[in-house]
Amino acid sequence: MNRTATSSQQSGSLHRFANPARFLRLAQAVFPWSAGAMALCIAAGLYLGLFVAPPDYQQGESVRIMYVHVPAAWMALFVYANMALASASLLIWRHPLAGLIAKASAPVGTAFTFLALFTGSLWGKPMWGTWWVWDARLTSVLILFFIYLGHMALINAFENPERGQKAAAVLTLVGVVNLPIIKFSVDWWNTLHQPASVTRIGTPAIHSSMLWPLLLMALGFTFYYVTVLILRLRAEMLASRLRAMNRLAAEEG
Amino acid sequence: MEGGISEFFAMGGYAAFVWPSYAVSGLVLAGLFFVSWRELTRRQALLDRLQAAAPHRRRKPKDPERT
Repeated sequence: MNRTATSSQQSGSLHRFANPARFLRLAQAVFPWSAGAMALCIAAGLYLGLFVAPPDYQQGESVRIMYVHVPAAWMALFVYANMALASASLLIWRHPLAGLIAKASAPVGTAFTFLALFTGSLWGKPMWGTWWVWDARLTSVLILFFIYLGHMALINAFENPERGQKAAAVLTLVGVVNLPIIKFSVDWWNTLHQPASVTRIGTPAIHSSMLWPLLLMALGFTFYYVTVLILRLRAEMLASRLRAMNRLAAEEG
Repeated sequence: MEGGISEFFAMGGYAAFVWPSYAVSGLVLAGLFFVSWRELTRRQALLDRLQAAAPHRRRKPKDPERT
């Protein structure tokens, strides 16, 4: 702990956040704000999405599933991209926090991927007439879900936590190839799934009364990720301190 | 909300699809939050107990920057 503190003070400015003590202080300061922003954004998003936004002229009220489905799907990709960045910094710079960030992110990404699949299925039944099709978009997101599960299994499969983190980091980086496949699957292959309407080049193909609840829910989910990430990172740091104490106790007999 | 509360809950006939979407999303996200929170407080309590039980042992200082 002392050694990492002094060495990180000497090196560059970005490395400062790798100092666990400094990170913990930062995390404690951010936590109430991210939790508050999460509650506000989700409350506003739910209100606008359920009460203010109009029913779709084709899909009727079922379109309200969009306000949880689309943000959850965005988060599934966003959390994975974050894990990939953390995994790269773990393997390249041996960033001490990076492995823990990837580990703490995986359950959040898994939850959002599950929700994207589950709500998509509930939306598909009335609109497409089926709960599931094996097309490119749905299958690639299902693969993302399995990669998340594999990451969680692999990272806990080693006696030595650092080795588990490295193995899981390699898996995460290999799985990055899936992200562009998910994103462009609706353009590359025939599918029942509709193409992107918010991130389309130029103006979004969606009215502002529907765009606002969508963006607020997405923002709320992002703050949820930050909030839960802080909780899980602190728990991971406590776990490694407990492991160190156990080792010390074992050595002393 | 012209038709009142029952029309709102009926969701134009899509209630069986809309409400489970919201309910399961809420349950999953709240559940993960709760599990993460409980794990953190559980480990903090364990650490406090261990440190209180072995006060004389050479241990890492609480704030490494103070040393």
